[in-house]
Amino acid sequence: MRKTLYGILLLLFFWYMMKFVNYLPKSPVLQGKGVSNYYLQNDKKDTAAANVVTAIVVNYRGFDTLGEVTVLFLAMTGLLAVLMGLKTERGKLTEASLILRAGTRLIIALIFAYGIYIFVHGHLTPGGGFPGGAVIATGIFLLYASFKDYSLNRTWSVILESFSGMGFVIVGFLGLLKGKSFLYNFLPKGTMGHLLSAGVIPVIYILIAFKVASELGALVSQMMEGEKE
Amino acid sequence: MRAALSNPYFLYMLGAFGLLAIGFWMVLSSRNLIKIILGLNIAESGVNLFLVVLGYIKGKTAPIFTSAKIGANSMVDPLPQALVLTSIVIGVSVTALALALIIKVYEKNKTLDIAEIKNLRG
Repeated sequence: MRKTLYGILLLLFFWYMMKFVNYLPKSPVLQGKGVSNYYLQNDKKDTAAANVVTAIVVNYRGFDTLGEVTVLFLAMTGLLAVLMGLKTERGKLTEASLILRAGTRLIIALIFAYGIYIFVHGHLTPGGGFPGGAVIATGIFLLYASFKDYSLNRTWSVILESFSGMGFVIVGFLGLLKGKSFLYNFLPKGTMGHLLSAGVIPVIYILIAFKVASELGALVSQMMEGEKE
Repeated sequence: MRAALSNPYFLYMLGAFGLLAIGFWMVLSSRNLIKIILGLNIAESGVNLFLVVLGYIKGKTAPIFTSAKIGANSMVDPLPQALVLTSIVIGVSVTALALALIIKVYEKNKTLDIAEIKNLRG
């Protein structure tokens, strides 16, 4: 009875929202006005990054990315604090099947290579630090799922995470010293389309990818095997 | 109906609002705690899709300078995509923290059914 009521209300909500589609405004990019148009026209001159979204996320709106990294850090800290002293029964699980173990041995290097490719080429192809780090953490989860006695080196993950986060802020302060503002792009820009271009953007994305990968890896490690003795 | 289909946003908005409605349905009418978090995740996907589609312009391509023929005048709006990148990461953080709290609730009450979890203290 209650579910029927919810269903009817949600259908009404859906129908009402679809009526708004006819009243959406035209994008200002079509008329050559607006902030996005400025980013599209001046990206080649300001940053020489082929991927305009990366240039916006790391260069034009780089401070918001610092806030996002902080939010991720806070969530992971809260999670590790809530799950402190977690006891899991990982020792009692049966071994994974042969297909999973053999397949993981074949494919794990490709997964890590793919993740590294995504974040190193963040300024040239779609992707960047966040998806690259997530792919690497997925590879770590595959290792946890396939091998019963695999465990991530927790010391290294904490060290990598802390130093990557600090590195991001230090790069920002270096920009402040050498240029006019925090997170100023102070490295040489190079030609668009080359791997070593776009100044400080690949450096920041590599640091973000290390931070995300080690954070999500620590999350997976804590949830799968609890506290280490 | 013909006017609606000629609107370039129509199909994508159908997907975005459909995902939002399905996500809300799962949050409202599930008894399992994990299904509630799944519904929240689906609703977040719907909202992110809505934001990205707002920057869509018919006939233009992705905002990456891949070849010399793609000028800055033939690209879709890149700003909503940068905003959605942040939104996806925040969705991941909220889901992770919610699942950690669910693990603790399960340890205390030994059930994931919200009809049976009565006590708020402790």
